[in-house]
Formats: sequence, C-alpha cells, structure tokens
Amino acid sequence: MAAVLDLAGVVKDYASEAGAFRALSGVSFKVEQGEFLSIMGPSGSGKSTLMNIIGCLDTATEGQYRFDGTDISDYDEKALARLRNDAIGFVFQQFNLLPRLTSRANVALPLVYSGVAPKDRNARADQMLALVGLAGKEGSRPSQLSGGQQQRVAVARALANNPRLLLADEPTGALDTRTGAEVLALFRQLNAERGVTAVIVTHDPGVAAATNRVVRIQDGLVTYDGPPTREALAGAGHDYEHA
Amino acid sequence: MLGAMLAEAWAALIANRLRSSLTMLGMIIGVAAVILMLAIGAGVQTYIEKQISSLGSNLLIVNSGAARTGGGFAQGAGTAPTLTLDDAEAIAGLPDVVAAAPQSGFGTQVVAGPTNWLTQVATSTPSWFQVQDWYPDEGRPFTDMENRQAARVAVIGRTVADELFGANDPLGQQIRVRGVTFTVIGILPTRGQGIGGSNRDDTVVLPLNSAQRLVQGGGAFRRSVRTISVSVATPEVMGPTEEAIAQLLRRRHRLGASQVDDFSITNITAVGDTFAETTGAISLLLGAIGGISLIVGGIGIMNIMLVSVTERTREIGIRMAIGAARSAIRLQFLLEALMLSLVGCLAGVLIGTGLAIIAGKFLPFDTLITPMSVIVSFAISAAIGVFFGWWPATRAAKLSPIEALRS
Repeated sequence: MAAVLDLAGVVKDYASEAGAFRALSGVSFKVEQGEFLSIMGPSGSGKSTLMNIIGCLDTATEGQYRFDGTDISDYDEKALARLRNDAIGFVFQQFNLLPRLTSRANVALPLVYSGVAPKDRNARADQMLALVGLAGKEGSRPSQLSGGQQQRVAVARALANNPRLLLADEPTGALDTRTGAEVLALFRQLNAERGVTAVIVTHDPGVAAATNRVVRIQDGLVTYDGPPTREALAGAGHDYEHA
Repeated sequence: MLGAMLAEAWAALIANRLRSSLTMLGMIIGVAAVILMLAIGAGVQTYIEKQISSLGSNLLIVNSGAARTGGGFAQGAGTAPTLTLDDAEAIAGLPDVVAAAPQSGFGTQVVAGPTNWLTQVATSTPSWFQVQDWYPDEGRPFTDMENRQAARVAVIGRTVADELFGANDPLGQQIRVRGVTFTVIGILPTRGQGIGGSNRDDTVVLPLNSAQRLVQGGGAFRRSVRTISVSVATPEVMGPTEEAIAQLLRRRHRLGASQVDDFSITNITAVGDTFAETTGAISLLLGAIGGISLIVGGIGIMNIMLVSVTERTREIGIRMAIGAARSAIRLQFLLEALMLSLVGCLAGVLIGTGLAIIAGKFLPFDTLITPMSVIVSFAISAAIGVFFGWWPATRAAKLSPIEALRS
C-alpha cells in the first residue's frame, strides 16, 4: 500500500518585494497509513508552507509530492479543491466554523460540496458529532459552544468525508490546557481506534509528545525525523524560544 | 448543492436584514415604477380600444370647414356648413364605404311634461345607427321613410330617458324640442364616456329631415350638414378610403389646385392614437425613472456584495479549505446577489401593483397588471442580479485560500 504522504525534495519559492525567498529547500519524508505524526518548527521555519503543501492549498515549486500514491504536483486548482474535499480533513487553531451555521450544518458543509443529498449529509453529520462526543449539540451555533466543543465540531467536520488524512494546525493553540488535552486525546483515540492518519502541525512540545513521530523543520529543511524523545522535543522547544 | 446554497443565501440575507432591505430599495423603486408604467400602458390600451369600438368600428368623420390645428371636430362658428346631403350620398357610393351618415346637431332644452333637460341633439339619417354601431335596445331606430316624411319621432339616450321620465317607460311618450313635439320610439343602450369625458348617453337623435323642416335652428341651411360619419369596411382600407373621400369632395366642391380643403377628415383611430401617445409619453417617463432606478439598484447590489466579500474573506478561505471549488464560491455569491434582486423585485411588484390600483382610482380608466409585466420585471431583475453580482462573485472566487484563511 502506498504511503498517504510521500514528499521527495519538495522546494517552495516565494516571490517577495525583497526578491525570491526560499521557504522550503528540499523536504523529503513519508507518512504511512495509520501514522500519528507531528510537524514541529519555530516561526519562519517553513512549517506553515509545508502544511499548505501537504494540505493541497498550495503546490511545490520543485520536487515531487505524492498523495496516496498519486503525483499531484501538476494538479490544477479544481482538482486540488476536489482532493481537499474528498481526502483531507482540516482542523485549524481558531476552529474556523461558520458562525451562522449550526453544528450539524458546519459538519455537513464538506458534504454539500461533494454533492451528498441533504438527508444523507445530515445523518452523516449527526454520526460524526456523536463520534466526537457532541451528541445533542447538533442544533447549537458556534457562539453557544465552548472552545473545546467548537474544536470538536471542527474535528467532526474534518472527518465528515472520511478523509485519508486529518491535518491539524495548532489544534490546541486556542484552548486551555485541560480542553487542549481533551482534544488531543480525541485525536489519539481516532488514530488508535479508527486508524485515521493524523498530522498535527505545532510548536508545542507537549502536543508533539502525544504523537508517535516528530518531523522537525528548520530553515526549510528537515532537521529531525523520529520518535518524540525528550531531546528531540527539547530541541524543538529551544528553537522556538529563539525564534 | 444548489438547495443548500439557496438556503445559505437566504440566511445571509436575513442575517443582515437592514442592510439587505436598504440595498433592495433601488430595485423595489425601479420595479414598482416599471410595473406601474406597464399597468397604465395596458390600461390606456384597453381603454382606447373600448372607446374606439364604442364610437363605431373603422370610423372616418368628415367635418365641414377647413381643419384647424389641434382638433378634428373644430367647426368655425357661424360659418355655413360646406357639406351637403348629396355629399353624403356620393360618399356612400364609394367602394369600401359601408355607410355614410350625414349629421348635424345642436344643444337645447328638451321638455317632457313638467321636466326639462339640457342635452345634445343629433340629427341624422337611419345610417347613423349603422355607422355608430349603436341601435336602440328598447323600441326601434327611425326608418328611411320616417326621415323622408319628416316624421315626428325621436330616439333618446339612456341619460335623457332617466332624467325626463325616471322610472316611467319613455316609449310612446312625447318630448318637445324647441317647441316641436316628437314621439319617443327608441332608447339607446348605455355607452358611457366618450373620448374627452363627455357623456355619450346624454343625447337625443332626430331624423335629419324632420329637424331641418320642423325645428328652428335645426338646419338653417337646407340640405347642408356639419358632419358626415363614414363607416369603412376594414381597418386596412381606412387610409385609401380617406384619400378617396377627400378627392371626391374636392371634385364635388370644385376646389382648384390652389384652394385648401373646405372640409376635414378625422380618423377616429388616429385620435385614439394621439391619446395613446400622450399617455405613452408619461409611461415612458415612468419607465425611464424605473430603468435608472434599476441600474442604481444594481450598482447598490454590487457595492454591498463587494463589502460582503471583503467581510467574509475568512469564510471563503474556510470553504475553499474544506473543498469548495472556485466555481462553487462564485455560484454562492451570485445566488446571494440574485436573491437580493429577486426579493427586491417581488417587493417592487407588490408595491407597484398597489400603486397601480390607487392610480386607477384617479385616472379615467382602470390600470391593468398583466402577467407579462410581472414576468418581464422578474426577468430584468434576474439579469441585473447576475450582471451586477458577477464581479463581486468573481472577486470572491479568485481569492487565494491561504491568504483568505490568514485574514
């Protein structure tokens, strides 16, 4: 079975007013089905750029990116949107729920874009909300929910289309320690019980410690790829403090 | 997908209720003006058609005396009528002429017993009933024989019948016109207002010959008449027949090439057209206001949609991240613009209909809301929604998901 993610020599250049800027200078690693991985790195390390490329929001300048065995380097915008819809579930730091919509409608939104019938998508949304422990909150709007609950709705939304990859960007960054830990436990549970492949982008060593593998990025290069040892996490924390 | 998007567009509209209503105001005013314009236009159309058919179909009116500017019925006061009974007979002999009725008239008091009533007396031949397409529904018209023998018979309009006889049956009763007694033999059915608002039912019709022989001032110039009403076979031959009558009369009146006509011919349809043109000009003005308002309304929609796109940049980013294609984003904002314009249109149609009903109370005719005008309004509004919504929607669709999420 092909790796879910397979990056080989991925380079990303940005044109800025100060001239060309290289955010990623050749990043290579693989993520297999069922892995639970964190990507660490200080601000400006290229972490966000890497996340955008993994999440198919952006494409690499050079190198090859295979998603689920398919080279998507030359995908156009429409194909990328389709891929994001079908195969990737996003969880953001600021939850990013649509304030006007109920939990159910928020979770069902990806299904709207994949053309699922209203009845089916509502049933699926309720199912996902139950999975993240929010049964009974289907009709609530984001403003009526706590931060932890909102992030759970976001996780349910990310899972709605049964994606190949759950991609989270600082999912605990806007939560207090206790609710942050709960959300993290939810990720662990989804990974362990349902085999969801999850990638968490974070600068928090505590979050990275909860995952099974750490990929550390600095100056656009992978500087560490291995288990979340104390040294690896400390190194990341050190990087962050000096950023 | 479309159903969910429509629901969301509606929710977005409701979420900004005040802003949405203000945005729609331009559309509402525009559509209301267009609906009102079309209602008045359609009302005038129906009114004129009814008026013209009430005057008799395919009618040409030949007046004695040269045409005066501004009116077909003008008659130089005190001048001798230049048309004669023989002219009428000659005209009746032309091809395509169904009937020609020579006619004079005067206003006078008509007396029945103790009651009297000021009315218009028309004097003519039996052809009058045919040309006017107006026959008594009670009693009968007078005959050719009665006209020739100067019989003392009269046909009266409904108003005169009501005023002089009230609830009594006027048939067989006596009326006196300038001291001469006539017997009522027929009553004309109601015709209502003529062009210009006169009451067509306020009339007495006497045989031309009887009036000329018996009634003082009923025909000071023997065998001459003021007017000849001509009924033409079909609308298509109105023009040629008008020309033929003019040539015939010039020949009969021995007018040289340098002399102007001593008669004038009025095409009743043309009079209706003039009326229609005047009302049409008013309608056009309303239409122009409506059109400008619709454009301004469209710009208002574009403006508010641009604001909305800016406000909801993050939302657009989220939607793109979870898999909305650019086309889906564009469709969503287009639907919102479309909904603004169509809800505005609906309100405009309702308000316009209300205004048209009110206007109908103040105008001499009823306004008419046609289904076509409503369909046209919705079509125009939809076009405006798409046209002015396109640019904001395209701007939304062109946002970079990464930039949009960062906002």
